[in-house]
Amino acid sequence: MAVKIALAGNPNSGKTTLFNALTGSSQYVGNWPGVTVEKKDGLLGGDPETVVQDLPGIYSLSPYSLEERVSRKYLVEEKPDAILNIVDGTNIERNLYLSTQLAELGIPMVMAVNMMDVVRKNGDKIDFARIGKALGCEVAGISALKKEGGMEAALKAASLARSGGKPKEAPHVFSGSVEHAIAHIEETIQGRVPSRSIRWFAIKIFERDREVIKDLGIGVGEMKHLEEHIRDCEKELDDDAESIITNQRYEFIKNLTGNAIARSEARKNRASLSDRIDRIVTNRILALPIFVLALCAMWWLAVAENGPGTILTDWANDGFLGDGWHVPFTTHECAADGKYKGMEFEDAQGVFARKDVSKSKWEEAYLEKANEGKPDGEKLEEMPEEIDEAVAKTVVAKGVFVEDEETGEPVAKECDCEKCSAVREAGEECEGCGCGCGEPELWDVDYAAYKEAAEWEEPDPSDFGVWVPGIGALIGAGLEKAGVGETVASLVNDGAWGGVATVLGFVPVIFIVFLFLAFLEDCGYMARVAFIMDRLFRKFGLSGKSFIPMIVGKGCGVPAVMAARTIENERDRRMTVILATFIPCGAKTVIIAMFAALFFREQWWIAALMDVIGIAVIVLGGVALKKSRAFAGEAAPFVMELPAYHMPTLGGIWRHTWTRLKGYMLKAGLIIFPACVFLWFIMNFDFKFNLVGEEGIDRSMLATMGGWIAWLLAPLGFGTWQGAAASVSAEIAKEQATATLGLVAANMDGVSTAAHITNLFGSFVPACVPEVSKAAVAKLTALSFMVFNLFIPPCMVAIAVTFREMGSKAWGWFAVAFQLFVGYVLAMSIYQIGLLANGCGFGFWTGAAVLADLFCLWMVFRPARKAAAE
Amino acid sequence: MTLAEMRPGSAAKVARLRGEGAVKRRIMDMGITKGTEIAVRRVAPLGDPVEVTVRGYELSLRKDEAAKIEMEG
Repeated sequence: MAVKIALAGNPNSGKTTLFNALTGSSQYVGNWPGVTVEKKDGLLGGDPETVVQDLPGIYSLSPYSLEERVSRKYLVEEKPDAILNIVDGTNIERNLYLSTQLAELGIPMVMAVNMMDVVRKNGDKIDFARIGKALGCEVAGISALKKEGGMEAALKAASLARSGGKPKEAPHVFSGSVEHAIAHIEETIQGRVPSRSIRWFAIKIFERDREVIKDLGIGVGEMKHLEEHIRDCEKELDDDAESIITNQRYEFIKNLTGNAIARSEARKNRASLSDRIDRIVTNRILALPIFVLALCAMWWLAVAENGPGTILTDWANDGFLGDGWHVPFTTHECAADGKYKGMEFEDAQGVFARKDVSKSKWEEAYLEKANEGKPDGEKLEEMPEEIDEAVAKTVVAKGVFVEDEETGEPVAKECDCEKCSAVREAGEECEGCGCGCGEPELWDVDYAAYKEAAEWEEPDPSDFGVWVPGIGALIGAGLEKAGVGETVASLVNDGAWGGVATVLGFVPVIFIVFLFLAFLEDCGYMARVAFIMDRLFRKFGLSGKSFIPMIVGKGCGVPAVMAARTIENERDRRMTVILATFIPCGAKTVIIAMFAALFFREQWWIAALMDVIGIAVIVLGGVALKKSRAFAGEAAPFVMELPAYHMPTLGGIWRHTWTRLKGYMLKAGLIIFPACVFLWFIMNFDFKFNLVGEEGIDRSMLATMGGWIAWLLAPLGFGTWQGAAASVSAEIAKEQATATLGLVAANMDGVSTAAHITNLFGSFVPACVPEVSKAAVAKLTALSFMVFNLFIPPCMVAIAVTFREMGSKAWGWFAVAFQLFVGYVLAMSIYQIGLLANGCGFGFWTGAAVLADLFCLWMVFRPARKAAAE
Repeated sequence: MTLAEMRPGSAAKVARLRGEGAVKRRIMDMGITKGTEIAVRRVAPLGDPVEVTVRGYELSLRKDEAAKIEMEG
């Protein structure tokens, strides 16, 4: 059977570096059951017979923190065959404090004193033999970073585990009377605990450790007898039992290190490098600007419009996974003879888009004219082979335009007349300079123009540079070649591959965020972030580190939720995960941009208002959650080490980032992929499993199902299948809300998608609204729809990582329910109160909205729960 | 005098720890026990928490927690 070696030590002792060095690529990262504390397993040097298990970094085996309880439980119940205790040689006093506790467990132990390279550089000397003798274990000096001695120490632990030899007797670190009391306790519990760990249990009982006393089932009478001994010690030493144990441990260590360590005189009086860095980065005046600068750097790297993260994401989605991409620096003007000769690729695409829309609009107009007066059976469905010249000559498609992808409105005219460029250079709007720049570009298409437009073929990207086809395009081409039917092709390409592409599309941004976070964590700055921001955030129940996920969240909620991992305290971490996605992310910004263009042209502040609502929800939600039963209780102590700064290694950062990415792809991908395929499926098929496609979305299962749940949305003003379908499909990716709206609104009157959507919201206005207010209420409904979609649970990918980071299904559902509640109440309040102001009377739902708001206010402002009784 | 009242740059020994439960245990686990010398390094830009040096390493704690640590002298 494989032997298990537990890797235990303080945070920042170099445990992770050693674990990575020992296990290489054979590691597995997960959560301990039911909690979000990280659990890492790996094979020692790839040997399947030796498993290394990394315990959370801990300072003690007290029952108070989650990490410590998890570690205790593992050490006592799972019984590893040996412990490899890693100790920071530059900070040995506090590190040995944990070692004295580990030694009492009676598990064979090897101590690895890490960072020996730094110890030597400092000129300090450590007497390993003396420490080993005092603690009853073998001690070796290592440097995990320089790959010195770590493997040897681990192999020593492995052979110790295999030999099954009894560990040396646990050190007696306590004074006479305490040892006496411990001996009494040992006598009482003999036979009830594994004999090798009896000393550990006895000391815990002496400390009155509630968990151990409960687990061992020590009765009141029995405890009363033991209490006598404990009280005698407390009286004699004038302190409580827990303090006696801690004090005496540290005294023992102080004596030991006084003899075993020779500190170089030179170092004692010199300010360390860390201290000098801290003088700047935690400086009263400079700290906040430096922090903001660090955030800006991450923002730019990961999610800024022209930053590397966005460029990589666009490349991944549109290029690598989509149609294809040009190899950088090979692009050139079109060299092939033909209509596009001398053009850049983008310009050629623009020209083709115009020709294409001219062609299809004219064809529409022709069909309409040709079908005039014909009975239903004889009507033309598509363009005939032979165009009736006589009819064609009279057909003119008027007001043709190219739609803007985001807003669905006609794109503005671009021109480069000299006057215009002069105005532009002066930084002013070029409207009104006489050449029509900036105004919607509309044109008419007659038969001659149609014939000309029909001659244009889509530009071939390989004429403009070295073109690499994307995976999506390759799959499409392969399916075409194989000659499969339309339904199968759609299933494979849009459904299955679409699901995979959704999962993979987030990889670049997650990668960059974690590369940066790993750097901040590994170098030691992250602890300073908590130090600097703690004051501000703890008021609403969050940690100083919660700021980072929220800033990342402005760009994308998925890495934001995952970034919460840097928060040690589980309660703070869960709260941050629930709240971080309320900040409107990049995809939600697309919704805001569209609605701002369609409905809120005069209300320029609407986008900023959404950010303000997001921040308000985070602050008030934090306050409310903190007072709720789920998060109530004693405030977690904020007693935190500020580790020495050091330069992180590339390998360390890379591994850190890679484990996160792998976790995302394997674990979150397993939820996202089927969910994406399912949503795609109900959008594209009807209940008879016929492919209906984009144009037939009104016949899709989504539309039917939307009709079933529409009544739920009635109090928000858009309780129709269109409103429901758009909101549900937005769970694939938030910007899908606008695309679906465009599709479901297509049968409304109007010439552009924008006009369709405006009319759709117009049709939602209830009858009680007087004629003069109809336009205002349509806007109000649009606002309600937008707010609902921004503040309900984020897209599926973000929900999947939320479930993963919350550590349990119950917590995941709690997060989703909370977010759904917030989004619903916000939208309902806006709509119902707006309706009241616009002349509809005080109805049932007005009352419901007021009650819901009062409930929220009560949740925020009610007195805090009393801290759990101690 | 408590640790919360000490000025940055000053140092003193711990006389007594008040309170009980998780916070007190955590403070002790981090090496702040009776007789330990603590030097106050600096206060965070927003006025809380404080950074101290204890047993040769840097530790930050909130003023609420520092107020539970009584110092000698």
